[in-house]
Amino acid sequence: MSEKLLEIKDLHVVYETDEATVYAVNGLDLVVNKGETLGLVGETGAGKTTTALSIMKLLPDRIGLIKNGRIQFEEHDITKLSEADMRLVRGNSMSMIFQDPMTSLNPVLTIGYQIYEVLELHNNKMSKAQISAKVDEILKLVGLPPERKNEYPHQFSGGMKQRVVIAIALACEPKLLLADEPTTALDVTIQAQVLELMKGLKDKFNMAMILITHDLGVVAQTCDKVAIMYAGEIIELGSVKDIFESADHHPYTVGLFGSIPDMTKKTRRLNPIEGLMPDPTNLPKGCVFHARCPKCMEICKTKKPQSVTKNDHMIRCHLFKYA
Amino acid sequence: MSVPLIQTKNLKKYFKTPKGNLHAVDGVNISIKEGQTLGVVGESGCGKSTLGRAILRLIEPTDGEVLFNGHNIVQYDDKKMLEMRKQMQIIFQDPFSSLNPRMTVSQIIAEPIKVCKTIKNSREIDNKVFDLMETVGLAERFVNTYPHELDGGRRQRIGIARALALDPKFIVCDEPVSALDVSIQAQILNLMMDLQESMGFTYMFITHDLSVVKHISDEIAVMYLGQCVETAPSDELFQNPVHPYTKALLAAIPTLDFRDNKKEKQIIKGEVVSPINPKPGCRFAQRCPMAQNVCTEENIELKEVVPKHFVACRLL
Repeated sequence: MSEKLLEIKDLHVVYETDEATVYAVNGLDLVVNKGETLGLVGETGAGKTTTALSIMKLLPDRIGLIKNGRIQFEEHDITKLSEADMRLVRGNSMSMIFQDPMTSLNPVLTIGYQIYEVLELHNNKMSKAQISAKVDEILKLVGLPPERKNEYPHQFSGGMKQRVVIAIALACEPKLLLADEPTTALDVTIQAQVLELMKGLKDKFNMAMILITHDLGVVAQTCDKVAIMYAGEIIELGSVKDIFESADHHPYTVGLFGSIPDMTKKTRRLNPIEGLMPDPTNLPKGCVFHARCPKCMEICKTKKPQSVTKNDHMIRCHLFKYA
Repeated sequence: MSVPLIQTKNLKKYFKTPKGNLHAVDGVNISIKEGQTLGVVGESGCGKSTLGRAILRLIEPTDGEVLFNGHNIVQYDDKKMLEMRKQMQIIFQDPFSSLNPRMTVSQIIAEPIKVCKTIKNSREIDNKVFDLMETVGLAERFVNTYPHELDGGRRQRIGIARALALDPKFIVCDEPVSALDVSIQAQILNLMMDLQESMGFTYMFITHDLSVVKHISDEIAVMYLGQCVETAPSDELFQNPVHPYTKALLAAIPTLDFRDNKKEKQIIKGEVVSPINPKPGCRFAQRCPMAQNVCTEENIELKEVVPKHFVACRLL
């Protein structure tokens, strides 16, 4: 078996706001092996980004709190690391690409310097000239001409800015890359270019990646494993083959697929999931999905379903009972 | 042949910039028959939204004609145009910024009725608002809430109700679902198709999402840098795309079949070039894998390759 890189056990994250406590992540278990791409899928508010921020230890200070659980990354337990120790890990052996390339770059620094900065912080042995050479090399790698390194973010288009963000994330050749909707803000043709680039670089550095997205098409094109999140829980987890081809699915997954207009078939109506995501300050008893579930039974309203696993394909639903 | 409900003839919209004229919409000819849906697709910055707004005269076209039932509305004065607007409405892209945060749901939906004075009795206006809310699937209890209290799907339903308030014939839908989650997106698309069936609306559906456009449209127009490069009936376009740009767009959609991901895909290189003072000839030539010298020599007109399927490409 391949080596574990990241293991999350029973993670609970809450946001304590003045008005209420938001239960963002509720008992999440996840394993990412070396060199593997995991797709984290779900609607807005499912807790995808919160999970990523917990791994990076970037939850908002004093508001976002990890209540319970362990995040084991290599030999560190991230939940216990001090901020000073975490700084050595963050950006060096794990890094993150944020959703919106338009706002995640500093507008008053040249893009060259923003890449330089990462290398300078994490490689105190390299000389200035060496770092500069490395910046040029990384820019070439992500498909940007190194001559443009003295330009500012506003001089680049959206796709190119996303390439700069990728360059910053990859500068130290991390072992784990968290990509939070890296292509949502981009056009399809540019999205295809960026995804191709990320796939290529991932293979080159043998990097593990967690790709957060709500686009099942993107998942099918890039991921090895898929985790489907709903209201802070993983409700289905398996290989792409399990998720896209297996007959057994969580009713929410079925609903997600029904919501996408199918390019190959002509149907007049879509089959969306009725209703809305439950309020995370006041989660329902029993299965979190029961209010919207077309196959809801009595037991779903009172008892939380246990996860059922068959050949690494996990489903958390009362409908399934394997031995 | 009947007269199409909406027709544009050589419609142009240029924006003046310090560097020269920005050709946002450059000589577009489209027509939409009554009760049908035209899907307009293209990348950001190709002039889709500008086209939609120019048709409604929310921005004044620089040149060309917009025919509504055969009448050129570009020449209409303000008074006549206000009359016209009762028949043509728009649903905006972003349900978060297109609703006035200081107005309640009922005020927002009643606003067009009050502006156009179609109903004068205030009790009747209230009844109409409740009817509209029921039509779009908004519960009555939301009538006095403010937009910020509602989620994206509900907000977009308000935008739809507002567009329906004057019983229009023609609605421009400017990316009405792109800001929503897939499951909510499907609910809104179903709603819009149901409304079309029951009330016979004509839609111009602007989007960059090809799977949505295929689902909802009768005909599709593909735009690139202010020009229409291919128009065809929906099924025909997906089965038999002709223009290299259309082909590239279709190839770029991530499919749900995970076996594809090992295959090398044809991805077009580069990005959209600047629409400021564009050079003559095919505007896609710089990114086109098949471009030749003839492509950049002169402007290219739409040609009918198969009945009803028009393509603007030199290499045919």
